Amino acid sequence: MTANVKELRNAHKLLAKLEYQPFKVDKGYTNHSLYVNLTDKTFEIKPVTEQMKEIFIGGRGFGLWYLWNAVKSTTKWNDPENEIIISSGPIGGITQYPGAGKSAVVTLSPLTGCPIDCNVGGYFGPLLKFSGFDALEIQGKAEKDVIIFIDGNKGLVTIEEVPDNFEYYDTHQLAEVYTEMFADDEFDKRNVSVVSSGRGAENTLIGMLNFSFYDVKRKAVRVKQAGRGGTGTVFRDKKIRALIVKYKGVTGDSNAPADKQKLINAGLRLHREIYELDKLQNRMREVGTAHLVEVMNDYDLLPVMNCQYGSHPDAVKLSSDVFKEKFFTQGMPDGCWYGCSMACAKAVDNFELKTGPYKGQKVVVDAAEYETIAGVGSDCGIFDPEYVVEANFYCDTYGIDTISFGNIIAFAMECYERGIIDKEVTGGLELKFGNKEAALEVLHQMARGEGFGKIAGMGVKRMREYFVEKLGADPKFLRDISLECKGLEYSHYVSKESLAQQGGYALTNKGPQHDEAWLIFMDMVNKQIPTFEDKAEALHYFPLFRTWFSLNGLCKLPWNDIEPADNAYQPEPNKVPEHVRNYVEIFNGVTGKNITKEDIIKQSERVYNFQRIFNLKMGYGTREYDMPPYRSMGPVTIEEYESRKERYDKQLKDLGYDIEGKTTEEKLKMLREYRENQYQQLVDAVYKRRGWTKNGVPTIEKVKELGIDFPEVIELISKYQD
Amino acid sequence: MKIVKTKPELCTGCGACMLACSKTLHKVEDAKKSAIRVIEKKEEPGKFDIIVCNHCGECVPVCNTEALYFAPNGAVRIDPKKCVGCYMCVGFCPNMAMTVHPEINEPIKCIACGACVKACPTGAIYMEEK
Repeated sequence: MTANVKELRNAHKLLAKLEYQPFKVDKGYTNHSLYVNLTDKTFEIKPVTEQMKEIFIGGRGFGLWYLWNAVKSTTKWNDPENEIIISSGPIGGITQYPGAGKSAVVTLSPLTGCPIDCNVGGYFGPLLKFSGFDALEIQGKAEKDVIIFIDGNKGLVTIEEVPDNFEYYDTHQLAEVYTEMFADDEFDKRNVSVVSSGRGAENTLIGMLNFSFYDVKRKAVRVKQAGRGGTGTVFRDKKIRALIVKYKGVTGDSNAPADKQKLINAGLRLHREIYELDKLQNRMREVGTAHLVEVMNDYDLLPVMNCQYGSHPDAVKLSSDVFKEKFFTQGMPDGCWYGCSMACAKAVDNFELKTGPYKGQKVVVDAAEYETIAGVGSDCGIFDPEYVVEANFYCDTYGIDTISFGNIIAFAMECYERGIIDKEVTGGLELKFGNKEAALEVLHQMARGEGFGKIAGMGVKRMREYFVEKLGADPKFLRDISLECKGLEYSHYVSKESLAQQGGYALTNKGPQHDEAWLIFMDMVNKQIPTFEDKAEALHYFPLFRTWFSLNGLCKLPWNDIEPADNAYQPEPNKVPEHVRNYVEIFNGVTGKNITKEDIIKQSERVYNFQRIFNLKMGYGTREYDMPPYRSMGPVTIEEYESRKERYDKQLKDLGYDIEGKTTEEKLKMLREYRENQYQQLVDAVYKRRGWTKNGVPTIEKVKELGIDFPEVIELISKYQD
Repeated sequence: MKIVKTKPELCTGCGACMLACSKTLHKVEDAKKSAIRVIEKKEEPGKFDIIVCNHCGECVPVCNTEALYFAPNGAVRIDPKKCVGCYMCVGFCPNMAMTVHPEINEPIKCIACGACVKACPTGAIYMEEK
């Protein structure tokens, strides 16, 4: 430890401490969780009961359960009783299967007012578990900035006040300094994980959390993001500067599986598949999710200029080969937890920053994923990879969600180009599509809480309301072009031509995020789910199947971003049946239980329905909140219609509309009427399949079947059963 | 450096090499804990494949804990203090020459010590420059 870091360590003031006997992991659980109250500076070790494990499994399930018990229906995100819960899950922390080190973060979102859940990499969740806790539950608010430190070897938890002269506020510094501060030496850095955010999270509602891990080969701290919904905003509101966990001694047995051989068998099969097939399939090891840029552009699904369009001739400048050749360091084991041979967490080394407070510094950037490239790049009409990496770095270190940031800037740019806002509103910034300097300036303003950045930092929904209220903008048009639902910004796929994906986005529990369902190819390209019932079945199965990852500490990507060579010849290839068998095997291998693939869906269905009911508790969760903006369903403007005139004209003709001599405006109206009607029929079919009422509320019968018929649940949903 | 090379046509499948190997590496005579594996060919009973690491080093960059390294003599070795038992290297070995045992955290891998060669009664394995 350098002298300076040692001094800073000593300057942290101990406010409270808990000494405990670390609980041993047994079949994926320690059976205890840690509760920390920042208002009272108190701790409590809670038992994790068999009932909790049976109903909620872990991860997101535990987070929702603790949060449900902590908040009232009137609780707001910045009330002290709101909590941040971090939990991995029973499988989280195994080293033998790719993508098994994830943590779920749950809190009440500043954007939606409902629970948000994020699934994040980095080492925190597994090291927390090996330190003796299945979950960390943080409630209350500190008066001054604090850190919470957990030493899993010593059995010590402290709350410490950050000294006034500790001038690190942003993640790339905080994660590095705290790793240095708490590691005994260079070798020990791998045993430390830091959760932090940045100044952007303090001054916006789109703050996110960075979970660190030490990259032994690069000798650098890396970060992965719990990106969506404002988790970082809540974190900074609680005056948490960082959470640090330290645990030495990770091995392949740390998660104490019931039958390790099952994990070895499944893991070796998948490692071999990735070794043999990744280079022929998605090249995740070379370029990560960036390969999607060209795929989406080719299929007219890449968001361009606030999702007006789905492709652009300049998109080639953002293609994965550009990132591979000019930016991503190759041949590095880029997994965000041990054993992830998919290794998609790409990084740009020695990137020299050109703007902002860290201008001139050379940094390691965890960049860039597809969502970020599409969000901050093409959706804003910016086709410059250098800009993408710069914006990615600043979003990360400021603690700002790149998906929401991209969406916000794209929306503001469209408003600017249409004359809805002007330089008076933007503080002199010419916020036209493609203006990267202006976009970066807004980002820096967000971090400082100044100027237009302050308005933009409220998110698309509140920014729209502000434009309507203060500037008299047309609320209907602005609603049509604002890519948000439930208050959360859309992630970056154009869903206009896929009805199933429109539902995949707007029928989500937390808001429009593709991690629940990505059905565009199945629906639009391969036409495998033609009827409402087929789409409803897909919108039942896939959101539930994908929920399961966040209950268990797993990543979605190794499920279908690599497929066995013979997958296409299997029944229901979209489900990747062999990998589903792997998940059954590793769940049983860890827990010693004997579940089937049907049980995977049942486990998720409990939590998914509980989350839906949680939305209801918070005053949402009914049909009216499942309505998407029209931009996600079809062309809003004449130029959008005309950009795909052939497709839309043909569709109308095939449907029996007489379009002879009709103006584009008239055709727009016809198409809209048709598509909005289709969406309502889809919603009916999905609710029916999910066992919900026409208003989107789980029926009493359903919650009884699922075993989540707690008195408070029954009392709540009883009011909505007609 | 010298590595283990094979003449499978001379192999009788006696398994002495595996016992010698596991004894050297893990202090136990257990073929399942051996880094060299003798497997009877399914299609030709009485004939054997001999699988052993050729120290090509393709596994070294796969490891994200730097547990795999080139020893000064050129052999690819595993540092058990760094290994977290993920077995990525096992899946990424071009020759599938590493193996795994649930009681042992790290993969089981040849260290080019030659104990197996000394135990072989037929000369089916021998040491030769890499």
